[in-house]
Amino acid sequence: MMYRLRLYITGQSAYSSTAIKNLESLCANELRGIYKLEVVDILENPQLAEDEKIVATPTLVRLLPPPIRRLVGDLSDKTGVLLGLDLVPYKREKNEE
Amino acid sequence: MSSERKAVQKLVSGIPGFDFISEGGLPRSRTTLLTGSAGSGKTVFALQFLVAGIRQYRQHGVLVTFEEEPAELIANVASLGWDLEEMISANALAIVDASPVPGEVVVETGNFDLVALLARIEHAVRQVSAQRVILDSIGAIFAQFHSPHAVRRELQRIAVGLRQMGVTTLLTAERTDEYGAVSRFGVEEFIADNVVILRNQLEHEKRRRTVEILKYRGTTHQKGEYPFTIDSADGVTIVPLSAINLTQKSSEMRISSGNEQVDEMCSNGIFRDSIILVSGATGTGKTLMVTEFIKAAIADGKRALLFAFEESREQLHRNALSWGIDFADAEERGILKVVCCYPESMSLEDHLIHMKRYIAQHDPQRIAVDSLSALERVSSTRSFREFVLGVTSHIKAKETAGMFTNTTPALMGGESITETHISTITDSIILLRYVELQGEMRRGIAVLKMRGSCHDKDIREYVITSNGMEIKEKFHGINGILAGTPVFSLASERQQLDSMFKYDTRRQDRTRATDTP
Repeated sequence: MMYRLRLYITGQSAYSSTAIKNLESLCANELRGIYKLEVVDILENPQLAEDEKIVATPTLVRLLPPPIRRLVGDLSDKTGVLLGLDLVPYKREKNEE
Repeated sequence: MSSERKAVQKLVSGIPGFDFISEGGLPRSRTTLLTGSAGSGKTVFALQFLVAGIRQYRQHGVLVTFEEEPAELIANVASLGWDLEEMISANALAIVDASPVPGEVVVETGNFDLVALLARIEHAVRQVSAQRVILDSIGAIFAQFHSPHAVRRELQRIAVGLRQMGVTTLLTAERTDEYGAVSRFGVEEFIADNVVILRNQLEHEKRRRTVEILKYRGTTHQKGEYPFTIDSADGVTIVPLSAINLTQKSSEMRISSGNEQVDEMCSNGIFRDSIILVSGATGTGKTLMVTEFIKAAIADGKRALLFAFEESREQLHRNALSWGIDFADAEERGILKVVCCYPESMSLEDHLIHMKRYIAQHDPQRIAVDSLSALERVSSTRSFREFVLGVTSHIKAKETAGMFTNTTPALMGGESITETHISTITDSIILLRYVELQGEMRRGIAVLKMRGSCHDKDIREYVITSNGMEIKEKFHGINGILAGTPVFSLASERQQLDSMFKYDTRRQDRTRATDTP
């Protein structure tokens, strides 16, 4: 299964760099070799944010596999990210809570 | 000089009435919070600010929607005659869609900001060179995220950003109570220096919309609630009632009331720009006086407008014809316009706007309303008073002659709300009263007041014949007609003098008695 991810950021803001750092480590650990990542800077191209209806930044969009998932925030909540990307089974979600 | 430069400038909104109560419009380059409960008309109000800007002042706009999808919104306001799609294609309007994507789950994974949204707004503002921005409604964005604190902080950032862009912004927010906290989530505390509240209250089973400017930091505005309506022709129209100025001119020109004898009682006719109130019980001939009033206009070749709230056009035509006045012909010639409508068909504010619209269309020299008191039953006392004020001041501002009728509830004598409300606004009052004399119902007419002129002080008898109203002699030897309790005295002059003398001596006795305790 191939993961296509797109991360929307705004320039060099602190949240943006934290998100990139967190995402890179996640991909290296959990998705090695099965992901494609694209980083979009909204300040450079606001129309792209308009097309995708991005309101908050950073926003990570999982384009593939379906369904489309949106993760808002700097991705520092690791468990939340794993759950959001369906990388952990449902059971563990319950245990976490 | 610096204070002059710093003073808050205002941007004319283009919403009818709002620029009056806000003394010039919305504070320029600032954010104004528009709050109201569900269904109070926030979205329409805000959108009208954009549409009026585009249509009247060539000021382009940006609409940021948090709640409704753009397609839905465009369809919803099409009924108001606003073609948003055309404005978008003309590059006069841009929509920033921040509504939630249906069916998509949003997971929060840490700190975030709304810089993306601000960037999109800025992009849109630049794209259409917008001067006006609306955000509708920010309550929805709180629902999209878990942390209200973060959203609040970010909205503040957006408000600052909008100010730096120099755009005038209207921000809508929900509130739960009509008279409670200004808005949910307490946005007013940190975002806006200016707060406008829309209300939609239930008052005696009738909906009453009002708008109030709660605060305008650094600038002035009219205070209190003002009624407004939303209709398909004009959208939001605010009726600034208590803010009406008494600036109407007056002239010495007299015109005929349509009845020579009534003219005589008013010492040669009524003033051209005066308002006459005809008050009487049912069947005293009020509609007849209106018909004669209109007849005089037709005879002079002047345009007349008649608002009838009690009878249908056919009935009025038939009745007028029986007095020899051809309304149908006058209507065909375009000299007369009869507007019939049920008082219950709409709210008073709507009636007022309708009447103003007809007055603007027909541009009459004479206006008659038959009867004003019929409208009394469809409203609360307060809105009725405001309505009467609105109608009279509008007619007076036009410098046309107006005749209103008022039906008194009691057959004999009596007073009604209409009388108490408008007697000070009207220039003349004519009373029509039943007089019970020896088992017979007779009718009496009196000119109660006539501003700027002397008038007949007698209470005269009149009869209604096939020729209309015929005024006869004054009533002799009767007291208490206006009070509704006529007392018929057969006393001769001599006897009267005697009794007066007796009365006086008795009174002297009494005063003497009290002087010596």
